[in-house]
Amino acid sequence: MIVADRKPIEEIIGEINDKENILILGCNECVTVCEAGGKKEVGVLASALRMNFLKQGREVKIDEITLERQCDHEYLEEIRDVIDQYDAVVSLACGVGVQFMAEKYHTTPIYPGVNTCFMGVTEERGLWTERCQGCGQCILARTGGLCPVSRCAKRLFNGPCGGSTQGKCEVNKETNCVWQLIIEQLKALGRMDDYEEISPIKDWSTDRAGGPRKVVREDVQQ
Amino acid sequence: MKTKTPSRLEKILAAGHLAVTSECGPPRGSDPEVIVKKAEMIRDYVDAVNITDNQTSVTRMCSLAACIRLKLMGLDPVLQMVTRDRNRIALQSDILGAASFDIYNILCLSGDHQSFGDCPQGQNVHDIDSMQLAQTVRRMRDEGKFLGGDDIKRPPQMFVGAAANPFADPFEIRVPRLAKKVAAGAEFIQTQCIYNLNKFEEWMKMVVDRGLHEKVSILAGMTPMKSAGMARYMKNKVPGMDVPDDVVKRLADTPKEKQAEEGINICVEAMQRLKEVEGVSGFHVMAIEWEEKVSEIVERAGLYPRPAVD
Repeated sequence: MIVADRKPIEEIIGEINDKENILILGCNECVTVCEAGGKKEVGVLASALRMNFLKQGREVKIDEITLERQCDHEYLEEIRDVIDQYDAVVSLACGVGVQFMAEKYHTTPIYPGVNTCFMGVTEERGLWTERCQGCGQCILARTGGLCPVSRCAKRLFNGPCGGSTQGKCEVNKETNCVWQLIIEQLKALGRMDDYEEISPIKDWSTDRAGGPRKVVREDVQQ
Repeated sequence: MKTKTPSRLEKILAAGHLAVTSECGPPRGSDPEVIVKKAEMIRDYVDAVNITDNQTSVTRMCSLAACIRLKLMGLDPVLQMVTRDRNRIALQSDILGAASFDIYNILCLSGDHQSFGDCPQGQNVHDIDSMQLAQTVRRMRDEGKFLGGDDIKRPPQMFVGAAANPFADPFEIRVPRLAKKVAAGAEFIQTQCIYNLNKFEEWMKMVVDRGLHEKVSILAGMTPMKSAGMARYMKNKVPGMDVPDDVVKRLADTPKEKQAEEGINICVEAMQRLKEVEGVSGFHVMAIEWEEKVSEIVERAGLYPRPAVD
């Protein structure tokens, strides 16, 4: 899933403090799972904002809606009839949803309510960790199913670096060295010979480096 | 023995001598005298001098410019180049720039993570890694080709080096990793600072058992400790460093004013012991901001005068 984290309330207030009619717009997908932008968090943020305006002695209308998704036209269309009531929308979707909202509703200012962090997993309740950077050219077949692009601080293709200590990354002692994990995995798979093959220089043109990317599927379009 | 480049370091090694290299860290400013002074101190005691590339990710004068200074002084510089700050265009371009000044050695590194330095909020590049950089230099030199496939007019003539840390984890892949670097094209290796001699010798034995010492010249990395405090810092704070307790204790048990001298003693004793280890082709003496001690260390280790080569 796409993992996001809540923005500090002060930052959100700083953006919308002069508004009169505010919609807090949640998303029922990834940000709900990572507890940053689902229905529950929409409610929490709305309450905090109401408190804020109450303290200022101001009457500000704050509504709450949570859509099934903010990355599909059909769900965003659900608010077409009400969007004009608002002079600000705080979207708690990931950056994808915020942008799709902005692209669809040009005349309403959209503000992000979360920081979009990475594609990752729920390791345990309250702990989400990165697994993928969407480089567009998956190499997991070569690395025992574990990704050095997203999980090595130097994205080494022929790691580990000299800073790997007791299975931990030199950058952060709480972060596992993915190359240590890759080696353990290759060992478990009986594929240690693969380790000695030098990984070729990567083609980054399918990564961010190549500019905004798209996937076109004519078979689906027809 | 025939050499592939005009590198003095390569010639020394090819002639079967124990090589001695050292390093100079460029200044945090633009005064060329800093690098010139350091180089003057060590020039007669070493075969080649590494110039570090923004080591520990702290912004400094660039390695290439400092290497050019050394070259103009008649020294044989080793251009350290990290893949942290440059993409493949910049790496190849800087290699050509160095080659235009007839810089004949390069050490290919990935570089410390930027979070350790003065720009922790900076982006890192890591377009290619250190092994792929070694491959790139070899391709540029041996095939006269850019990565993109085009021909290079007047290709670089560089003796290609890489680093190895015999002490990093996991230990069991330290030798396979060296084998990869050799396969990638590394011709000399400068190791991480060695304090745990037993572990280094264990690693070296595995290197020799695989015959890697016949394919690559291994220079043992030596850094004299200035104090017990430095030993403790290296032990506890520097990633991938293995400082045994007895080394820390030996310095701690020495009166403070004699600790620096004792640090030199430890370094010289280690070099004397490692000189006899099969597969050790020389030493890389990294006297960090202590270049004035290099001459004493090299002399006491019995490696002075340096042999002449044409």
